[in-house]
Amino acid sequence: MSDSKPITENEIDDKGIMAGVEKLSPEKIERVINEVITAETGAKLKVYVDTCVHCGLCSEGCHYFISRDRDPKFSPAGKVKQTLWEIMRKRGRVSPEFIKNAAVVAYTQCNLCKRCAMYCPFGIDIAYVMSVMRRICHKLGVVPLYIQDTAHSHSVTANQMWVKDDEWIDTLMWQEEEARDEVSNLRIPLDVEGSDTFYSVIGPEPKYRAQLIYQAAMIMEAAGESWTMPSSPGWDNSDMCMYTGDYEMMERLKKVHFEAAIRLKAKRIVMGECGHAFRSVYDMGNRALGWKMPPIPIIHAIEYYHEIFSKEKIKIKKKFDRPVTLHDPCNIVRGRGLHHMAREVVNATCKTFIEMTPNCEHNYCCGAGGGVINCGPPFKNERVESSKAKAEQLFAAKAKGAEVVIAPCHNCHGGLEDIIHHYGIDMELKFLGDIIYEIMEIPE
Amino acid sequence: MDRENWDWEIGKREIANLAPWQERFSYQEEPCASPDGEIVAAIIRNDDEEFTAATQTSAGEITTWENAYEKVWHLRFGPDGRLSALVSDTAEWTVATDDTPWENTYDFAWDMAFTPSGSHVAVSTQKDLQYAVSVNDTPWAKEFSRLTAMTLSPDGLHSAAVVETELLLETEIFKFRKGCYSVAVDGNAWKQSYMNVWEPCFSNDGNHVAASIRTTYQDYTIVVDGKPWDKKYSSVWAPIFSPDTNEVVAPVKEAGRWSLASQDGLVWDTSFYQLWHPAYAGGENRLAAIVSPEYGLWTVALDGTAWDATFNELVTDLATSLNGQRAGCVFKHDGRWGIAVDGKPWQGRFDMAWKPVFSPDAAHVAAKVETQGKYILVIDGKPLDRHFTRLEMPVFSQDGQRILVKGVENNIFYREIVDLG
Repeated sequence: MSDSKPITENEIDDKGIMAGVEKLSPEKIERVINEVITAETGAKLKVYVDTCVHCGLCSEGCHYFISRDRDPKFSPAGKVKQTLWEIMRKRGRVSPEFIKNAAVVAYTQCNLCKRCAMYCPFGIDIAYVMSVMRRICHKLGVVPLYIQDTAHSHSVTANQMWVKDDEWIDTLMWQEEEARDEVSNLRIPLDVEGSDTFYSVIGPEPKYRAQLIYQAAMIMEAAGESWTMPSSPGWDNSDMCMYTGDYEMMERLKKVHFEAAIRLKAKRIVMGECGHAFRSVYDMGNRALGWKMPPIPIIHAIEYYHEIFSKEKIKIKKKFDRPVTLHDPCNIVRGRGLHHMAREVVNATCKTFIEMTPNCEHNYCCGAGGGVINCGPPFKNERVESSKAKAEQLFAAKAKGAEVVIAPCHNCHGGLEDIIHHYGIDMELKFLGDIIYEIMEIPE
Repeated sequence: MDRENWDWEIGKREIANLAPWQERFSYQEEPCASPDGEIVAAIIRNDDEEFTAATQTSAGEITTWENAYEKVWHLRFGPDGRLSALVSDTAEWTVATDDTPWENTYDFAWDMAFTPSGSHVAVSTQKDLQYAVSVNDTPWAKEFSRLTAMTLSPDGLHSAAVVETELLLETEIFKFRKGCYSVAVDGNAWKQSYMNVWEPCFSNDGNHVAASIRTTYQDYTIVVDGKPWDKKYSSVWAPIFSPDTNEVVAPVKEAGRWSLASQDGLVWDTSFYQLWHPAYAGGENRLAAIVSPEYGLWTVALDGTAWDATFNELVTDLATSLNGQRAGCVFKHDGRWGIAVDGKPWQGRFDMAWKPVFSPDAAHVAAKVETQGKYILVIDGKPLDRHFTRLEMPVFSQDGQRILVKGVENNIFYREIVDLG
């Protein structure tokens, strides 16, 4: 187990938060808080806050609370108490110091994973309450540096990694060229109008994990898919603005993404293995723009893989033979119920599947979701310390023989990688696409 | 390419049998047709394993460009009928038009754009990590560390793009807030920079540029020729110029509702849950836009008045007639696509639908639709009795009495003139 810096009360080493707090005045705080609460939350927040009877049943739902020796301040109700309850009680008359602490709680001590909502007898959505706190912090300019930088990238490039227009196209061409060593006529079809499928990914894929685009192209080719990707912005479905509370920018990003697919007349969007992006396209971003549901169907990679196996669109050479376990990403499991499909894909592709416990919609968050990992190095130790519950799950699965953890989500990969390293768990991480590419018959 | 000089004689002609293409080339991309439908072209791989363009006309055999490349993409006919593509050899990119490559080469070139007449071809370029625009092989004199959203004036004499005016490194969030982005016109950036700049556009005369900007996290507005509007909004979408007066209007959000505004204030006295893609409709300078009159419902508004018909999933591809009297759009309702014109949905629902096209006299409107993998042309609400495996956008004759249909049936690319009389 690697050493971890002890977490000291009020010790915040984040330039984004500190510089933002320095510019705050009590008047500005009160004005912004009341603007948000009056104009944007309506009855929903009031009902949640008024309905809570402080029973504490949500506590056991939170991996922070469980991982941090059941310290009440890490319970969901405790986090609301440190943020919105106090703000509403004082009608927005809180100090810059209070906002500083509230920002740390909202951005780095809650993954917005919604597990607690399942254990609340009233179904109070504490992720929503924390999102309101983040929205206030965004409007006050008190946002952790690294996630704010990612939001800036989104606003300039429409992707989260500052990938320039030419770099994107060049990466696709590079992957296409590489793939043609395996399949001579393989294409990553750019801007093909009228395709059945518009495939979208997240910024880290062209930046750091280009092989995932290669694999996706191979899978699409093998499945005989009519597909395309855009050469212009709109290819990135991710959205850290949703997590900073910059909803205007979230809307702009979702508009660019959906309109890229609509312009190319694609019948649906298939997205790569990302959880938070799914939340932004399926729930938050589309609805903020006025589309009750996505304007064209959008499915997560799990649904796509399920489709190609259930319709026997691809053949496999032999099943993946190392024992695997599956991590259920919050945003596609509690957000969409894809855990059954995920298991069917795992069973179709892997010889030995060992469940983690608890699992499916009761699974613990990887600790990285909700934008927490995107808050960067200043909060890494605390994040990993707060994922002890997840580490214990992984140890238990390993004890039953699991050697590989499948995590169909980029942020989950980041979070689980840190947990595996920090807690010294000897397990390998894979995407479902990694497994499928490894075992499928390559067409020629 | 003067439409009046095209062959408008009623009847159907075979342009290319695509079967020999498939036999001759080991690799071939989707074929496309010239605006007049007389030439079919596609990217192919030749016997030397290089990429180039192949073309065929009704009179001739398949011919390939003399020049071949390591890479070719974005093969497009310009409005004047010239064929252009982005081509690369030894990691240097340029534009090739009708088999003639530009003299200047770049580390990358993309985002190819044409003027409406086709006289000017522009691309965004990158060389040694410096970015610029090149128009008809003439690059901007000045380069930038980042460039996006390139646009051309209608006459092609000017080009503009969003540029980074000060090199911004990752995590420099405070520098970002001071403003590092602006619009460069013909390579010259406006004096003022902003946090964000999006969607620059030219006026019809090419003398003015407008864009949407964000000056703080909360303040959005429109900037015209480097001068922002006085008023700030909680959000804005892309602005447009009036073709007659050069007045700029843009969707703006205030108090949670969207409307259309100019520098002088609201242009429409109605507001909507959502409003975007405004368009001036023809000579009467009417304004149309896609709107959401209530949450989850979508339609078109003309001069601030929404159609009665609403659609529960999507409205897109707003089109207006030249005389400003008619408007049409593509909609999606209960999972199926359709066409609506003048506030009324046409009969028939499809798997996909394309932007409706009005005849110059506004008497007719046609739209391409897809159903069960076949493409159909619907004219004035009635489907033409043809089923294509590929279909290009229809073109009306200048008098609006005939329509050019370009499409593939049974692997043969046809050109057909249909009489609407």
